[in-house]
Amino acid sequence: MTSILVFVEHRDGTPRRASLEALGAAAATGLAPIALVTGPGAAQAAAPLSAAGAKKLVVITGGDHYSPDGTAADIAAAVGAHAAVAFVAAASSAGKDLLGRVAGLLDCAPLADCTTFTCSGGVFTVQRPILAGKALVTVQSQSKVCCATLRSNTFAVATGGGAAEVTTVATKGGKVKVTGVAAKGDAKLDVKEAAVVVSGGRGLREAAGFKIVEDLAAAFGNAAVGASRAVVDSHWRPHSEQVGQTGKTVAPQLYVAVGISGAIQHLAGMRTSKVIVAINKDAAAPIFKVADYGIVGDAFEVLPALTEAVKQAKAAN
Amino acid sequence: MKIIACVKRVPLTDALVKVSADGASIDPTGLVYSLSFYDDLAVEEALKTKEKLGGEVTVLTLGASDASKELRECLAKGADHATILLDPAWAARDARSTAKALATRILELGAELVFCGRVATDRDQSAVGTMLSSYLGWSCVTDVTKLELTATGGTAERETEAGIETLAFSLPAVITCDKGLNEPRLAGLKGIMAAKKKTIDETKPVDIESAVKVLKVELPAARKAGRIVGQGAAAVPALMDALRNEAKVL
Ligand SMILES: Cc1cc2nc3c(=O)[nH]c(=O)nc-3n(C[C@H](O)[C@H](O)[C@H](O)COP(=O)(O)OP(=O)(O)OC[C@H]3O[C@@H](n4cnc5c(N)ncnc54)[C@H](O)[C@@H]3O)c2cc1C
Repeated sequence: MTSILVFVEHRDGTPRRASLEALGAAAATGLAPIALVTGPGAAQAAAPLSAAGAKKLVVITGGDHYSPDGTAADIAAAVGAHAAVAFVAAASSAGKDLLGRVAGLLDCAPLADCTTFTCSGGVFTVQRPILAGKALVTVQSQSKVCCATLRSNTFAVATGGGAAEVTTVATKGGKVKVTGVAAKGDAKLDVKEAAVVVSGGRGLREAAGFKIVEDLAAAFGNAAVGASRAVVDSHWRPHSEQVGQTGKTVAPQLYVAVGISGAIQHLAGMRTSKVIVAINKDAAAPIFKVADYGIVGDAFEVLPALTEAVKQAKAAN
Repeated sequence: MKIIACVKRVPLTDALVKVSADGASIDPTGLVYSLSFYDDLAVEEALKTKEKLGGEVTVLTLGASDASKELRECLAKGADHATILLDPAWAARDARSTAKALATRILELGAELVFCGRVATDRDQSAVGTMLSSYLGWSCVTDVTKLELTATGGTAERETEAGIETLAFSLPAVITCDKGLNEPRLAGLKGIMAAKKKTIDETKPVDIESAVKVLKVELPAARKAGRIVGQGAAAVPALMDALRNEAKVL
C-alpha cells in the first residue's frame, strides 16, 4: 500500500497533540501513514501512534543532540526507503523548520500551514491561508512528493488502529546541533495549543495590569495568556505571547480579547478562533466587528467579575 | 566575508485584498508594497555582521524592477551591492523555484553567510530560507532571536513551544531572523546620498517550472455577526449564559 510519512514530535514518548492531528490527516487520505520519531523515549511512542493510525513506526536512534538538518536528512531518506508519496508534519516550530529543508532535499515545492489536505487519484490538493489569513488559496501539488505542514486544531485525531511495525534506523547526523533548551517556567501552555486564550492589549495600562488577564486564564485552567503587539513592543509581555501577523496565529475554542482595539494585523492572528469575546470600553472598537459576544466596559471592572463567574462555573462542573 | 540578505517586497500588512477576475490570484491594483517586516531584520543583521567581522553585504531579491526602491533603501543603510533577479511573474513563483534561483546566484556571488526573514508576510510559507540551505548544503538556523557569530561558526537562540533552544552551527550558513534579534536602523542623509550613486544589478534568474498549481484564491467567509451582550460588570451573567448555552464552550 502507498505510504505517507508523518514526522511526530513527542515528549518522552507521549506524542504531541498537533502531531497526532497530522497523523489523523494522513490516515484520512486512505494512504498508509508511517510515523517517524526521534529523540529520547521515541520507541515508547509506538503504542499511542499505533492507536492513532500509524501503520509503521520508524525510530531514529543515535545522535546525542537533536539536529534539524540531520532530522531532515533522516526524513528524506525514509521517504525514499518507503517510496512515500507525501511528507507531513504539524505546523509547529519544529515542523516549519523541517518543511523547507526536506522539500529542498527532495527537490519538491513545500506547502505550509495547510487547513485542508486531500489526496484523490494520487494528486494532493490543499487549502492554505495567505496574507495572514486575509485570503485562502487552494493549490494542487505537482511535486513527486507532496511536502506539507498542517495547522493545529484543524484536523481530527484518528482512532482504532492496530499495532504498528517498528523499524530502527541510525540518524545520518547533521551540521547544526541543539545544545540546550531552556524550558518555560511552570510548564505554561503555549498560546498556539491552548483551548482558551485570554489576550490583553494597551487597554491594560501597564505590565501590572495583566494580573487580571492572568487571573482569568487561571480560572479557565486550560488557558494561555496572549498579547497585542503594542504591549509586546512596550515590553509588558514576551514576544512568545504576541498574537497576530507578526506573532502567532491561534485558533482556540474561545478567544477573549481584553483592551485590544482589533487592528487588522491582530485580527489576522485570531479571526479563525471558534468563539471570540471582546471586552473594550470603546463601543466603536473594531474588535467588536469580529466578536461573537462583546461587553462594553472597563476591563478592570469586568474581568474580576468574569473571573469569579468562571471559577464558580468550573467548581459547579 | 561575503554576506547576503535575501529580501522580498510584500503588500503592506494593513492592505485590503481583492481576488482577481480569474479567481486564482490576488488583484494587485491599489496594493502598496514594502519589504517584508522580517526582511528588515535580515538586512540589519547582515550590516551588523559586516561591522563586526568585516566583509561586504549584498541585498538580493527576486522580483520586478520596481524593487529597486526598497533595494536603494538597503544601500542607503549601508549595503554595498544590490541585485534583482528580474522576473515580471515573480508573484506567481513557488518557493522551490525561488529558492533554486536564489541558490544559484548565491553560489555565483561566492557568499558564506545568508540572512533571510523568518517568513515573507505574503505567502506565509517560511520555506525559502530552509530550502536554500538544502540546495546549498549549508547549515541553517531558523527563527533566530539571538546570534553570536565568529569567522567560522556561531551559536543562536530560537523560540519554540518548549522554550528557548540554543543551537551551535558552522559556516557557511543560512540564518532566518525573527523579531527580537535586532532593531533595524534608519538610513541617514549621507547614506541616502551615497546610495543614489550606486547601481542596482539586474539579471535574469535561472528558469525553473513551478511545481504548484493554484486552483483557486478566495476570501475567508465573514464571521457571522455577533452582539454586545451588555455594559460593564453587570453584563457578565449574560456573557456566561451565552458561552454556556449558545456557544457551548464552557
Ligand atoms: C507590520 C506590522 C505588523 C503588526 N503585527 C501585529 C501583530 O502581530 N499583532 C498585533 O496585535 N498587532 C500588530 N501590529 C500593530 C497593530 O497595528 C496595532 O497597533 C496593535 O495591535 C494595537 O494594540 P492594542 O490593541 O493593544 O492597542 P490600541 O490599538 O491602543 O488599543 C487599546 C484598546 O484598549 C481599549 N481600552 C483602553 N482602556 C481600557 C479599559 N480600561 N478597559 C477596556 N478597554 C480599554 C481602547 O478602547 C482600545 O480599543 C502590527 C503593525 C504593523 C505595522
